[in-house]
Amino acid sequence: MLKTGVAIVLLAALAALFGPALMPFDPVAQDLPLRLAAPTLVHPFGLDELGRDILARVLAGARISFFVGLTVVSISASVGTLLGAVAGYFGGVLDDIIGRVIDILLAFPGLLLAIALVAVLGPSLTNVLFALTIIGWVGYARLVRGQVLRVRELEYVQAARAVGAGAPHILWRHVVPAAMPAVVVQATLGMGGAIIGEAALSFLGLGVQPPSPSWGTMLNGGRAHLLDAPHLTIFPGLAIAVLVLGLNFLGDGLRDATDPKRSA
Amino acid sequence: MTAFFVRRLLLTIPVLLGVTTLVFSLIHLVPGDPVQAMLGESASPQDVAELRGRLGLDRPLYAQYGAFLKGLGIGNLGASLRTNQSVTSAIAERMPATAELAAAAMAFAILLAIPLGVIAAVKAGTSVDHAATTVALIGISVPGFWLGPLLAIVFAVELGWLPVSGRGTLAHLVLPAITLGAPLAAVLARMTRASVVEELRELYVLAARARGASRVRAVMRHAFRNSLIPIVTVLGLQFGAVLTGAVITETIFSWPGVGRLLIQSISFRDYPLVQGCILLIAVTYVAVNLLTDLVYGFLDPRIRYR
Repeated sequence: MLKTGVAIVLLAALAALFGPALMPFDPVAQDLPLRLAAPTLVHPFGLDELGRDILARVLAGARISFFVGLTVVSISASVGTLLGAVAGYFGGVLDDIIGRVIDILLAFPGLLLAIALVAVLGPSLTNVLFALTIIGWVGYARLVRGQVLRVRELEYVQAARAVGAGAPHILWRHVVPAAMPAVVVQATLGMGGAIIGEAALSFLGLGVQPPSPSWGTMLNGGRAHLLDAPHLTIFPGLAIAVLVLGLNFLGDGLRDATDPKRSA
Repeated sequence: MTAFFVRRLLLTIPVLLGVTTLVFSLIHLVPGDPVQAMLGESASPQDVAELRGRLGLDRPLYAQYGAFLKGLGIGNLGASLRTNQSVTSAIAERMPATAELAAAAMAFAILLAIPLGVIAAVKAGTSVDHAATTVALIGISVPGFWLGPLLAIVFAVELGWLPVSGRGTLAHLVLPAITLGAPLAAVLARMTRASVVEELRELYVLAARARGASRVRAVMRHAFRNSLIPIVTVLGLQFGAVLTGAVITETIFSWPGVGRLLIQSISFRDYPLVQGCILLIAVTYVAVNLLTDLVYGFLDPRIRYR
């Protein structure tokens, strides 16, 4: 499972990095006489409603997906880890405040808050990143807080405290590293979630705006052509599903590898 | 038991207050002037002033918040900017469609996932288990906004068996329910498998077998029954995903529910209606979570004493 996940994600990352440069077609160049043309040897994924090469757009879209996934996950994981560690280690009022904010944000199911935020802020990639980060950090904070509560009473942490180490040192050197394996698993699965989130918002018309080739925007464009050109829908969706499946394989594999109970 | 219920109910109050405050704040997050954004750049100053007064945005923030909470208390969420219909009645009109879709999706997920999960658990480690686990992981990875159109291409366009959009007959419900239910089925199947595998390792299952209970009876009467508590919990927690998924599924299949109303309201910048839809979905989710916790506490006495 882990190997399959690594292979899929690596392949997708290489395709996103080098694919657009190797493609003979510009992802936004239009060839209107050939609009909606079915897949051929020259255009293996066919052409879209404006005669743009779908393979070139899928490869360019991969860059957007990776950018969104990596940005959202790195900011969410950093903010969530910091707030979760602080809440768990210090407890008291700080823990209460962070805990209540987490409770309120978790009261909004899944993408709903992201939809609401983008609805009022306006559709754009920046706002999508902002909205997905706002809902993203909560999971990490909860996870790290739980881990810190477990670790802070362990002997090695108490020993560090006894020799006079300050709270930032203990958190950074002893407590947070203990939570890292769980954070890495969450980040891998969270990257898939962020990619689906961006695609969902773009599909609803609330994310990346045309002519930028986001996979969700491409699927939205394909809706009007389900009858006459299903390839507009098939290929961008396949790209999302394969990449997210790879990330889920990777996350599940990492979880099994880092959890002795599971691997047993 | 009563103490647990009361404590859980009391804990919900600050969450609900936080949710309503956040929903109230949404309109104030609109960049620039929200009224100008709603009416467009070409709107006259008189129109802008009139709408600002109608929405109460010309009053101090605390007064606006007080009026919002008071309105909530009596079920008054204002009126749609586009149709002037009351937000409450616009949402009430759409709610049966969303409830019907969510119920059908959950029924589909339960009927598919639980047998699949139990079979995978009983056959753990075999190729049947690997196949079921992989199918479940694929189910989680395939987004509804792709699965829906794919199903429409195959069953509506190519085969012509089912209608592609709208609501009315049972046939209209099939594709949206499968689209919305598939990811839930995938999560539920994984949970059922994990839970039944865990229970099958317990001594009481071995004891049942030793007393002469058949393998099927040991699984169904003993292991599966005890696995139900975590399964019910996951079902409750996944209800949120169903609600958000409904927004996308209703958009794909032109299903006239609250989710589609939300997306339509966003495109018309009809903020009172947007606020109403978001609030309804979030409050429903909080209520279902509360109910799940209460049921969990009822089923498993250990929870009550934590």
